[in-house]
Amino acid sequence: MQLNRVVITGMGSISPYGAGVDCLFEALLAGESAVRPAPDLGEIGGLRARVAARVPDVDGRSIPRKFRRAMSPMSIYAVLAAYEALEKAGLPLAVCTGGDLGICVGTTINSVGTSEDFFADFLTDHSLERMKSGLFFKLMNHSVASNMAQTLGVTGRIMAPAAACATGAQAVGFGYETVSLGRQTRMLCGGAEEFHPLTSATFDVMHAASIGFNDQPTKTPRPFDAERDGMVCGEGAGILLLEELNAAQERGATILGEVVGFSTCSDPGSIANPSASVMANCMRAAVADAGLKPEDIGYVNAHATATEAGDVAEAQAIAEVFGSKVPVSSLKGHLGHTLAASGGLELIASLQMMQKQVLIPSLNLEEVAADCKGPCLLQRKEKCTVDSLVKNNFALGGVNSSIVVRRFNND
Amino acid sequence: MTEQEIVEKINSALAEEFELDLADMTPEAGIYEDLGLDSLDTVDMVIVLEGEFGFKIREEEEIRKIRTLGDIHNFVMAKKKALGA
Repeated sequence: MQLNRVVITGMGSISPYGAGVDCLFEALLAGESAVRPAPDLGEIGGLRARVAARVPDVDGRSIPRKFRRAMSPMSIYAVLAAYEALEKAGLPLAVCTGGDLGICVGTTINSVGTSEDFFADFLTDHSLERMKSGLFFKLMNHSVASNMAQTLGVTGRIMAPAAACATGAQAVGFGYETVSLGRQTRMLCGGAEEFHPLTSATFDVMHAASIGFNDQPTKTPRPFDAERDGMVCGEGAGILLLEELNAAQERGATILGEVVGFSTCSDPGSIANPSASVMANCMRAAVADAGLKPEDIGYVNAHATATEAGDVAEAQAIAEVFGSKVPVSSLKGHLGHTLAASGGLELIASLQMMQKQVLIPSLNLEEVAADCKGPCLLQRKEKCTVDSLVKNNFALGGVNSSIVVRRFNND
Repeated sequence: MTEQEIVEKINSALAEEFELDLADMTPEAGIYEDLGLDSLDTVDMVIVLEGEFGFKIREEEEIRKIRTLGDIHNFVMAKKKALGA
């Protein structure tokens, strides 16, 4: 069966740095941290973390109220990112309605803030008389995808994968497979996340949230570092436009990269603790799917969230598959962990690195932890030509995903 | 509360909820064709009015006949009068 080639022609970002892909990449390149003090986390009893990587004010008013009324912040982030992706791709909004564009965008969990607001009121008297009509639409598991489709007028297929931190990467992978199989010509793919203190609490309960740098927010998280003490929750949306190669070329689109491989798999060993061997298998399968060999890979953008167990497993897995020479970095030190948005945002950044021929090191990686030694962990910016890269995202619940992207060659 | 105060309270609450421009909120403005509301908005409009005026109107037949902003003003004033408020 002849599969279609799938290229990336647009990308859009709402990140803890603000709105726009340029804003994201410039801040990453400058080594800026988006982690800020979050004193309001102190209002949650028992929650020890006091830092977060929140999206600064973004203006959602460009989205008509008719659509915005059904949106919690995560949908607003995703729609704004989608607008940017389409604009950057030079794809008129009218194309969205033609049926050949679909959406594959997910999130970790529906809007916790919206749920909290509703139940805080509902539990006072168990009355639904104050329940607004938009509540359900903000809380659907496919709210983000549906809101994007409604706003853009998309008539193709909608998918809304939910795999926590692997959501965005899975969404891009499923979008790649959809276009590859010819089911859609174009797919808007990625993930979105909105911050809530209980999200930080989820990780703090598992002793996986950073709590040791509350008075030095920009010093955490610390992927692969000896002093790492956990992750920092963030939010945002990273959306990519995937397009069938011929369709992209016919309309003269600028091609930013080619998705050539994808793998996702379950790790049934533990719902919380990842296994290096399953991670390694996931990366190997993605590279094989691309028709490449590990030695063809020039950069690995790690998931590495700065947790004790996750970073060790990933470092071991990367070293096992790619050896000690392939440059590796994680962007969690800059962005915090934007969870479902991380796959899209970090893939966008990785594409930019490939285009601009510069690799961004892990922020806050000052001394490589003894148990993370093995792979080539970048600690300095590096000028480098990369032809193919791997983007990892691994999730609680035992979900792994790896994507392989190649510099576009019209061969 | 005077009739003018009731009108202002209604307009202000609806303007905030539905992001309307007060200048467009004339009594003759059609809530669908002029103010751009739809059926979901009318559900929320009832909740907003109930919250503002502290009465229950969701089940009232008269609600279904509302077509203009002036109809809303008149409905609320009649309801308040009936309640002796």
